[in-house]
Amino acid sequence: MSFFADLYAAPPALLAHAAVLLVIGPLMAAAAAALAPNARWAWMIAVGGSVFAFWMALGVAGEVARQGVVTYAMGGFAPPRGITFRIDALGAMFALLISAIAVAASLFSGHSLDGEIRPGKRSLFQAGFLLCQAGLLGMSATGDAFNAFVFLEVSSIGTYALIAAGSGRDRRALPAAFNYLIMGTVGATLFVTGVGFLYAATGTLNMADMAQRLATLDDNRAVQAGFAFIVVGLGIKAAMFPLHGWLPGAYAHAPSLMAVFLSATATKAAIYLIVRFAYTVFDPGAAFVAHFMDWIVAPLAGTAIIVCSLQAMFQTELRRMLAYSSVAQVGYILLGVAMGTAAGLTGGLLHLFNHALMKAALFMAVGAMALSVKAVKLTDFSGAARSAPWTMAAFGVASFSLMGVPLTAGFLSKWRLVEAAIGVEWWWAVAVIAVSSLLALVYVGRMLEVMVFRSAVAGGDAIKEAPIGVLIPLWMLAMASVWFGVDASIPEGLARASAAAVLGVR
Amino acid sequence: MSTGEILILLALAVPLFAAAATYGLNKLPDVRETVTVIAGLALITVCAALAMRTGHGTPPQLLVVEPLAGLSLAFRLEPLGAMFALMASVLWAINTLFSIGYMRGRNEAHQTRFYMCFAIAMFAVMGVAMAANLFTLFIFYEVLTLSTYPLVTHKGDEVSRKAGRIYLAILVGASVMLFLPGVIGVHVIAGSTAFVPGGLLAGKIDPVTASALLLLIVFGVAKAALIPVHAWLPKAMVAPTPVSAMLHAVAVVNAGVFTLLKTSSYIFGPNVMSEAPATQWLLWLAAATIVMASLVAMTRDELKARLAWSTIGQLAYVTAGALMAAGAGLVGGGLHMLTHGFGKITLFMCAGAIYVATGVTRVSEMRGLGRRMPVVFVAFLIGALSVTGMPPFAGMWSKFLLITAAFGSGRDVIAWAMIASTILTTLYLIPIAVRGLLPPVGDARPPEFTRPGGAPGLTVAPLVMTAAGTVLLFFLIDEVAAFLIPIAGAAQ
Repeated sequence: MSFFADLYAAPPALLAHAAVLLVIGPLMAAAAAALAPNARWAWMIAVGGSVFAFWMALGVAGEVARQGVVTYAMGGFAPPRGITFRIDALGAMFALLISAIAVAASLFSGHSLDGEIRPGKRSLFQAGFLLCQAGLLGMSATGDAFNAFVFLEVSSIGTYALIAAGSGRDRRALPAAFNYLIMGTVGATLFVTGVGFLYAATGTLNMADMAQRLATLDDNRAVQAGFAFIVVGLGIKAAMFPLHGWLPGAYAHAPSLMAVFLSATATKAAIYLIVRFAYTVFDPGAAFVAHFMDWIVAPLAGTAIIVCSLQAMFQTELRRMLAYSSVAQVGYILLGVAMGTAAGLTGGLLHLFNHALMKAALFMAVGAMALSVKAVKLTDFSGAARSAPWTMAAFGVASFSLMGVPLTAGFLSKWRLVEAAIGVEWWWAVAVIAVSSLLALVYVGRMLEVMVFRSAVAGGDAIKEAPIGVLIPLWMLAMASVWFGVDASIPEGLARASAAAVLGVR
Repeated sequence: MSTGEILILLALAVPLFAAAATYGLNKLPDVRETVTVIAGLALITVCAALAMRTGHGTPPQLLVVEPLAGLSLAFRLEPLGAMFALMASVLWAINTLFSIGYMRGRNEAHQTRFYMCFAIAMFAVMGVAMAANLFTLFIFYEVLTLSTYPLVTHKGDEVSRKAGRIYLAILVGASVMLFLPGVIGVHVIAGSTAFVPGGLLAGKIDPVTASALLLLIVFGVAKAALIPVHAWLPKAMVAPTPVSAMLHAVAVVNAGVFTLLKTSSYIFGPNVMSEAPATQWLLWLAAATIVMASLVAMTRDELKARLAWSTIGQLAYVTAGALMAAGAGLVGGGLHMLTHGFGKITLFMCAGAIYVATGVTRVSEMRGLGRRMPVVFVAFLIGALSVTGMPPFAGMWSKFLLITAAFGSGRDVIAWAMIASTILTTLYLIPIAVRGLLPPVGDARPPEFTRPGGAPGLTVAPLVMTAAGTVLLFFLIDEVAAFLIPIAGAAQ
């Protein structure tokens, strides 16, 4: 975090309120975008709102690096009575990640909506996108358990509508959105039920307060049931194997903007809440937390890594391959989280950060290639390297990171995960990561083989190079994967500080 | 920037420049190949300058980046790496001449891609040779695998594509599933992966953990072709002969055994090696590989396949040297890399020259052919004698040193395996040359030249050079051994 300690991103008057402006900014922008006179204005508002949120996230990160925790009481009502925002290193990391991806995604949306959404609906689409962003940022900022549920729903409602909006391009977006609606609502309901149990046991909704009281309630059945409800509910939102059924369809058929944004942020925010609850709200020393992590989360994560990597190998549609790969990567992240050590959590969070960057770049590149041609199947992309070299090169860089090629970000986080697994003597996890790296080599190799070495299908339209407005955010993301693979001090510092903040609270 | 840093950068940049220039000069084959030859000569100069700065005082070193604490991309010369780099650069230059003769003589397609991948492979070899730590070595090891894949599948037919798949599956599979976890294990235990004289892990590891790491690394480095991870090497023989000669007899396989020598000397160190129970098992396996590979080689009629199996056996000598945990074993292994490289590249170039001139690939069809191609067959005899270990050819010294080291460290089994394989080698290599040079029996006629004029001069001259090299090295071996002594010093 040393990089952020010297960072004063905004004047003090603004920094004092940065924690809340982070969420309010996109929320207000959402309202403005809905009222925008045309799509162009809506796009500019979306970019403005996202950039503002990123700016505030940088400000908050600086404050967190200096103070450890930033607390903001809404309306001046002190906790535990009032709703508070409480951002520590973990929250700051997620706020930075989500808002950074949102900036890239909003730039991308200037072009990506053209072929997918009717002009009249684009302002509303941008409003939904900003709403979703506000919800996700709120989840990472809030210090209140019920408030977390509210933000979860805010982001989800935006997401359901936006996935369904993909029906203009691909009718299968409608069942996918419906699927996600049902699964997501079940998940949110389970989550809020769990929060209810905790409220019954502790009489408070403030997370810090709740944590204090839960420390003495390890044997309370209501608490244990609440834990199960919360983790399973969030597990659905995080696409924890085998609760990931909604994800491939949602990623594959949503408008390409949503595939970019969701893959990089939505499941990540749910994982954030899992970490937040499991390690800071509940007593991490409690036997039921440790057992749940060791015997349920970890084996499921391992299964996800292998099974979904295999599924990715056998998909015929490019975006489905990437979606299954995402579920496998969630497995890696949860594997690190389940270890429960600082090293494991650091590795998991680092992988989460890197995976967000690479997967956003991959989906963006695929969306960019599909701008000119209706390309869905993997074979539709054959010959892309010839006709769209710049887009394809960015795809290649990000896919190298996905494979875990040395000197890309993906390599370092897998390295850290293996180290952490050796540290807790989970030899099976080492083997799982080694095998799955090989599987990733196969499925990414298949994509690259088709795109680089095969020539375009005769008679079809050649894939065109993406416009400069798409190439800029795309290459920002791709270069980030390389930069953080060569010098990982920023993400590693964030992940390390987060792990320390989470595990050092008690 | 110091001279050492500049030289390291040049050693990496020259092959890369050659690759880029080759790509750019696609349309001008003469210029393209001139550039490659000049790059080869330049690389020899750079490597010689690097070697001269190694072994006394502060060696040339360069830190490129350090992505995570203790995990850095860095280079640092030491005697074994300097020797490997110099040897590879000399043989690259010679082999480039041979490639020109071979590729033009056979009118092969995709020659630009061929020279480009070759240059990138040399870049990777330089990286492997100069790596300051196991992590850097691993990266360049992988680059070497990937850059040689298009060379193995050069023909592009079904057979070579299948061979290419096996090549990738074994080399990448073993390195990702075994070698990389081994590297990470070293990093976890020691906090870095740097090559430290005397052994990075010395005093930090118990014999059981050391055994586990040693097994991961020895089987993970499939390029060293210890049975049972050897299957890629005979398959790789579908590549054009210059590739087999340079890469699958010298650069790639030597990168494998080089990794094992470096790991033994600088990562584990002799004490850890001698205490780990796995060392003994692996020595048995190396002894078995030495004998079995020689036995299989005897049954192969295809000349290149026979040479490939012979390579597997000879590599196991070096592996055994690395495992012996004795100074003489390490120096002997290092020398064997060098002498075997010169001997085997000669044999492969002869196979290539014979193929270009007559299209013959089988040993049984070569009877009497030496009468038509005396220079090639005499060079073959010299190479075969060197690989067998006869004076006055270089191969004798390294074998001698390895066998005495084996007896000296009380590992008689491995010594007897080496002696047995020497006899077998005599049986499967020498007769090829002798039968070729003797007059044909009865009315059998040696095969005719299918290419007017026989083997092109550019395929014959290089093999004469390397054959002469084996004689030269016989007399220079003292200097080379003295140069390599520091790696044994690290082992005492």
